[in-house]
Amino acid sequence: MNYLISKLFGALIVIFGVATLVFFLIHFVPGDPVEFILGDSALSVDKAELRARLGLDKPILTQYANFMSGALHFDFGDSFHKKIPVSELILSRLPATIQLTFTSILIALLIAFPLGTLAAMKKDTAVDRGAMMFSLLGVSIPNFWLGPILIMIFSLGLGWFPVSGNEGAGSWVLPSIALGTALAAILARMVRSSLLEVLNEDYIRTAKAKGLTQFQIVVKHGLRNALLPVITLLGLQLGALLGGAVITETVFSWPGIGKLTVDAILSRDYPVVQACVLLISLFYVFVNISTDLVYAWADPRIRTGSN
Amino acid sequence: MKFKLSLPIVILIIWVLMAVLGPLLPLNLTEIDYYKIMQGPDWQAWLGYDELGRPLLHRLISGASVSFFVSISVVSLAVVFGTLIGTVSAYYGGWVDSILVRIFDIFLAFPGILLVIALAGVLGPGIDNLVIAMVAVGWVGFARLARAQVLSLRSRDHVQAAIALGTKPFIIMLRHLIPLISAPIIVEATFGIAAVIIAEAGLSFLGLGIQPPDASWGNMIKTGSDYMLSSSNMVLVPGIALILVVLAINLLGDKLRDHLDVKSR
Repeated sequence: MNYLISKLFGALIVIFGVATLVFFLIHFVPGDPVEFILGDSALSVDKAELRARLGLDKPILTQYANFMSGALHFDFGDSFHKKIPVSELILSRLPATIQLTFTSILIALLIAFPLGTLAAMKKDTAVDRGAMMFSLLGVSIPNFWLGPILIMIFSLGLGWFPVSGNEGAGSWVLPSIALGTALAAILARMVRSSLLEVLNEDYIRTAKAKGLTQFQIVVKHGLRNALLPVITLLGLQLGALLGGAVITETVFSWPGIGKLTVDAILSRDYPVVQACVLLISLFYVFVNISTDLVYAWADPRIRTGSN
Repeated sequence: MKFKLSLPIVILIIWVLMAVLGPLLPLNLTEIDYYKIMQGPDWQAWLGYDELGRPLLHRLISGASVSFFVSISVVSLAVVFGTLIGTVSAYYGGWVDSILVRIFDIFLAFPGILLVIALAGVLGPGIDNLVIAMVAVGWVGFARLARAQVLSLRSRDHVQAAIALGTKPFIIMLRHLIPLISAPIIVEATFGIAAVIIAEAGLSFLGLGIQPPDASWGNMIKTGSDYMLSSSNMVLVPGIALILVVLAINLLGDKLRDHLDVKSR
């Protein structure tokens, strides 16, 4: 219980810090959004009027207090450009990002488990080296290059999938591959190494002695026990995945939070930038805490702090 | 073993040579030639021409300089700041440590690339802002690593002896602690260079980093992907160069880790 309370308290401080950092990140930076929206030649009356409407004329601490209390109510003000509430904008874009993240994880798991298992079973053979080379290649290929290449081959060349947008299941495939490949590569390595570790255990020898086939041993006794480290790694990698989604969504004109963030940054739509960065980070914090808690629940040694 | 290492090393040597010699060569980066738009390779341009008739090879070399100098400066600055802050945190412990660890936690709560994108976005384009944004995010990883390492060294006899002799804390950190934690830091820094190369290209791809007409592998990939159908060279060339360099650095990092016997995280 103490462990739970201290974890949650720590998380609250982090969340507060994240929100503060996001606010000051944008407000202490050179460049005036009002001038950016209206241009240099605008009349000073107009500038003052817009500044007041956006609340930028108030002292910085008042703005900070307003931002924080607004964030608590999921109220981030209006978008500078689209003139609609930021929360509305985000809610309309959120499903697409959740869906892309989900299908990417799915694809990553579908590649990582067979590949990692195969590599572990055929350790030190050409199969193993090939799988690990793929894994190394997977983390070295940036998704902003893989995306266009996939489009070139499968959309423009073969015409199998649409080039961009989110219309139907066909349009999910390429963005999910572009986003999921790096994750697949990282997870495949983890599946391989944790499986290799497990395969040396006594109960595997027992299973062999019982006369189970190699396949039964690996699937029933090996993979199940190798699962926990893989899930942990997946939790840790979710942040990278969300970061990658920002770029992937831009490549594929995917109507999600990532593209919204980049568009907002390019057009200096600060309320939208603040809200998106805050939201993605909060989600990440939430996942990390959940991972910690699930782990503590599964392994009492962590709660009590003993080894 | 030696042979395996040699291909990555050759790639890295070519990369460094392109980066260092690039600024000295008479490269044509801005001169537009309408007669050569997206033409194939010839003697003046071994990799063909881009959408404005500029030699791709020249832009590739210039992009190599950008990736090299950006990644080296970002990682050096991040290592220096991160190691110092992490060492101070672990050495002093107490409230200094608690506050610093909270700050690390807050920075680590952001997906790294997202914070870099947001920072680079609000700071505006340009190579200095790019470096600032990436250092502002990158130091934390090194700080956390240095802190963890120093924590395990702090009670060693030679450190206790130095404290007993009245050595100044700064000297203890610099002479007795930091040299001992250099191996994991070097390994982490190697992987850091690969990550920064990708991040720089990614930011430039998004239009937040190096701006045209200056060349970066990232903005070359961006332009190339707009002209994929007419000239696939334009997206293939910078992408393959980027992947080869990143792959070579990652392979080198793996070797270094084995060689220096650093446990993987």
